[in-house]
Amino acid sequence: MTDNRHDDEILGKAYDAKLMKRLLTYVKPYKKYVFFAILLNIFVAALGPLRPYLTKIAIDDYIVNSNYNGLLLISLILFASLMLQAAIQYFLTFYTQYLGQKTLYDLRVQLFSHVQKLALKFFDKTPIGRIVTRTTNDVESLGELFSSGIVMVFSDVFIIIWILVFMFFMEVNLSLVTLSVLPILIYGTFLFRKKVRETYRDVRFHLARLNSYMQEHVTGMNVVQIFRKEKEEFDKFSQINADHRDANIRSIFYYAIFYPSVELISSAAIALIIWYGGGEIIQQQMTIGVLFAFIQYTEMFFRPIRDLSEKYNILQTSMASSERIFKLLDNKTFVNNPENPIPLKDVEGDISFKDVWFAYEDENYVLKNISFDIKAGETVAIVGHTGAGKSTIINLLTRFYDINKGKILLDGIDIKLLDKRELRKHISIVLQDVYLFSGTIKSNITMDNEEIPFEKVVQAAKIVGADKFIENLPKKYDEEVKERGATLSVGQKQLISFARALAYDPKILILDEATSSVDTDTEKLIQQAIENLLKGRTAVVIAHRLSTIQNADKIIVLHKGELKEIGTHQQLLAKRGIYYKLYQLQYKDQELVSTK
Amino acid sequence: MKNLRTLKKYFLKYQKKLFLGFIFILFSNAGTVYVPILMKDAINQLQQNTTTHTLLFYATLIVLSSLVAGIFRFLIRQTIIVVSREIEFDLRNDFWSHIQKLPLRYFQNNSTGNIMSHATNDINAVRNFIGPAVMYSIDTGIRLLIVVAIMLSLDWQLTLFALVPLPVLSYGVYRIMKLIHEKYTKIQEAFSVLTTVAQENFSGIRVIKSYVREVNEIQKWKNLSKDYLNKNMNLVRIQAWIMPILLIITGISIIVVIWIGGAKVISGTMNLGEITAFIVYLGILIWPVIAFGWVTNIVQQAEASMKRLNKIFAEPYEIDDSEQTDYSIKEIKGEVEFRNVSFRYSDVLPNVLNNINLKIPVGSTLAIIGHTGSGKTTMINLIPRLYDTTEGEVLIDGVNVKKIPLDILRKNIGLVPQESFLFSDTIFNNIGYGLREVSKEKVIEVSKIAQFDKDVETFPQGYETIVGERGITFSGGQKQRACLARALAIEPNILILDDSFSAVDTNTEEEILKNLKKYMKNRTSIIISHRISTVKDADNIIVLHEGKIAEQGTHDELVALGGIYADLHFKQLLEKELEELN
Repeated sequence: MTDNRHDDEILGKAYDAKLMKRLLTYVKPYKKYVFFAILLNIFVAALGPLRPYLTKIAIDDYIVNSNYNGLLLISLILFASLMLQAAIQYFLTFYTQYLGQKTLYDLRVQLFSHVQKLALKFFDKTPIGRIVTRTTNDVESLGELFSSGIVMVFSDVFIIIWILVFMFFMEVNLSLVTLSVLPILIYGTFLFRKKVRETYRDVRFHLARLNSYMQEHVTGMNVVQIFRKEKEEFDKFSQINADHRDANIRSIFYYAIFYPSVELISSAAIALIIWYGGGEIIQQQMTIGVLFAFIQYTEMFFRPIRDLSEKYNILQTSMASSERIFKLLDNKTFVNNPENPIPLKDVEGDISFKDVWFAYEDENYVLKNISFDIKAGETVAIVGHTGAGKSTIINLLTRFYDINKGKILLDGIDIKLLDKRELRKHISIVLQDVYLFSGTIKSNITMDNEEIPFEKVVQAAKIVGADKFIENLPKKYDEEVKERGATLSVGQKQLISFARALAYDPKILILDEATSSVDTDTEKLIQQAIENLLKGRTAVVIAHRLSTIQNADKIIVLHKGELKEIGTHQQLLAKRGIYYKLYQLQYKDQELVSTK
Repeated sequence: MKNLRTLKKYFLKYQKKLFLGFIFILFSNAGTVYVPILMKDAINQLQQNTTTHTLLFYATLIVLSSLVAGIFRFLIRQTIIVVSREIEFDLRNDFWSHIQKLPLRYFQNNSTGNIMSHATNDINAVRNFIGPAVMYSIDTGIRLLIVVAIMLSLDWQLTLFALVPLPVLSYGVYRIMKLIHEKYTKIQEAFSVLTTVAQENFSGIRVIKSYVREVNEIQKWKNLSKDYLNKNMNLVRIQAWIMPILLIITGISIIVVIWIGGAKVISGTMNLGEITAFIVYLGILIWPVIAFGWVTNIVQQAEASMKRLNKIFAEPYEIDDSEQTDYSIKEIKGEVEFRNVSFRYSDVLPNVLNNINLKIPVGSTLAIIGHTGSGKTTMINLIPRLYDTTEGEVLIDGVNVKKIPLDILRKNIGLVPQESFLFSDTIFNNIGYGLREVSKEKVIEVSKIAQFDKDVETFPQGYETIVGERGITFSGGQKQRACLARALAIEPNILILDDSFSAVDTNTEEEILKNLKKYMKNRTSIIISHRISTVKDADNIIVLHEGKIAEQGTHDELVALGGIYADLHFKQLLEKELEELN
């Protein structure tokens, strides 16, 4: 068997005091409650072991002495203790689970809030799926530790202690005789846990193999079928399936040994009690009620011991998840805010790039020495071939990334000196890839901002011409939007994103025009919408539309990270440079369409 | 139970082992049930001045009968539970062998996650039925009968009093398990909402940051987390009942025995030994009673899962050899013809291909060019019968592909699909995938043709490097070239490349095309591409537009025509110029 199991997936991590200490800080806010739960546990743990003792009294004092009333009384006490235990048990389970869930909630919120603060650089490098797993599954796997692990350990330990207390109180010698089987039980249980853990790992490993095989081959089924490899693949599958079966059968073996053994051990204890205890009774050293009580105690030992052995497992799995969680929490990839930001009041909308250099990584500059000025109210189009650095300019303006050299100024102020949230509030971005969230049309326009009144939503939709299709939806603005806006057309999604930008009424608008083709009617609608959108604002547009570049006050031509040409449409065409080529490549066709 | 009838054949397969298990159940229960009787007798002896010798005798018997019970209990698990794993194995094998034969259409309509969930969750639910459910219901049923019979023979009145709470327990467990299942489903739903929202948030983080909605998103997350917490607590509220109910009902039975039984002892109609036996028997009965409620749930879930599995088993293969297959066809030369071919993915959808007529002679190269969605991939998928035509015929060497045995057809066609898919296996095995016997020379030869061997040399383990492992990720171009090598390895008489050079740079592409020309000399090649550079040397070029052949001819003819092809040609020249500009 090739052994390439991934350590962090399968193996539990060894106990780590540092991690545990950090995990316990999450319980701290609930210290008092946890303490109370532990106390209550110690008390309720006594109730179970109390009952065999009560049966002893029932037999020795009342049944043997023919006392009907006493028997009734003791039965009632038994009943009362039973009800009390049941009630406290219910409460405790609920209570500790609540504490656990609350702790998980805190952790989940902390993680999510932390991720919200991380810079885009982090998201560029980290697969989304991994971050999702950290905030959901990994937190979830700490559940058992927080809900039952910490508190219930005390319960298990104290049940055992109470049983011992009652036993020794009644009959020391018989206790010692009975307990002689206990080491075997404890050893057996922990050995079983260990073996089961190993086989369980084995089963998990084979299951993971089985699943990844199926996952992979369902995805690549066309390759299997094209090469007519169904038979060979089936044999391979069958082998993996058989390994999985055999691993399971191995684990059945341990269960098959363990449970009968536990029964045998408890029978042995009973046999000892009857033999030794019976002897004591014959010699009048002991009463028959004690024998009864002891027989019942033999049944009681097993559960807390088994539970304790499980706790160790919980601890191990928690270590692995918590390490991954803390690693994310310790990630400090932030775009830092200045300590004393210059307050932004009325923004005019003048933008300047001064000798800006930028690289996403190391010295691979994506923008080289870029300088230009945009006056308030101007529309500037940025054009360029793929990889020219157009989108990067947008990312810098909103301080999604910090530049390496040079300065970006808004109304003459370096944007590094502004509160980045303030800055972004004055800028709306419409991305090429329209991102819609599941929710309603309205919530997608307002982005759940309750400060934006409904009238403004409708107004924004009207201005960009989205109102017509929205009004035709069954629930209008409350129409459900599925994940990623799956039920809407490309054009509709764009119009919604325009309305979104407009609802925020920004001073500066950044627009990355979508390249995807839409039908002529929609195209006209979108062109009109863009025109309305840009009116009265400073606008930076990554242009893919002929109409946009024709209407722009200024066109900036980027090529391989450098600013090559700048001017109006006519000026640049006359130059017959890069812009002229780009024009023929990207925009000329649209001329044909629009004159048709 | 209708759906679970499918399992009959599996049960029959293992009937001997199951029968043996049944016998073991009988023996083991005999042992288990005998222990309390021994205890009863021992305790009764105690009150009649017995000797330690007699006590030792009883003690030994108790251990012995417990040992017998234990050995058979071990054997029960080794038969019945093992059989359940064996049936699970058979069922999963059958599932997979069926899935493999389903047409491409099925995989496009069903998500991988969905199929996976059947293969894991549903099969698991059925396994739970076969093993634990069957074992427990037989085992506990038998035990229940014996124990109750003995108890009744000891004292029928006390038995009735003591057993009254137990059916309530059984029903309670059934209800609670059902409720738990419901609540648990709700939790899973809430959890998946949580996951989706996290997914959406992190994917849309750019939008969120630019509209400064972080605080709001955190609030939203808090609300959902709270909801999730509440759903969890709803489950806890039910789950927390389990222990108390168990405690109360079994506790009450024991108290009843002590109280009423005690009174009977006082009045002399019963003895202490019998009370002991009763208490121990009650302990033995708890598990059967719980299992009863539990098993009912398992059966219900298994039934639902089996229904879903049966539905998959009922899916037709669609594309397979049939009575019109001509098994005398042993090889194909490679002349491909489309005759009045139309195709649509389903009856309610419009045609993707419209009346295509085309002949590709042996040894020639056909290039297909056209916009996304023009039907290029659909067209070539018809040749190896990944789909069958809706109207018209695809012929190879003048024979309808439906008549050619699927084995012969596909083993002679090397198709490089648009999405480069490699298995997580060594490069060597991936390239030799289509071959029965793979030789090192062959793999290197085709890798050289595909211009992939130089890349392989840079990998630490060369051809033994495992795809996608330990940070070795292939670039898109490397994957495409590996897939090409894989297709070439089977020495196909028809080679089909579905946009297989899109991530390969133009210089390498040129080399590959040159190599291919030699390799494919007497064979047929079909190349789909967006690039003029890829198709310009083809013997025949067709331009697909909205499912029809819009233009056809050689490169020079098409450029002269001044249509779609010429426009594309002009633009790509411009692009090249721009790229070369500094």
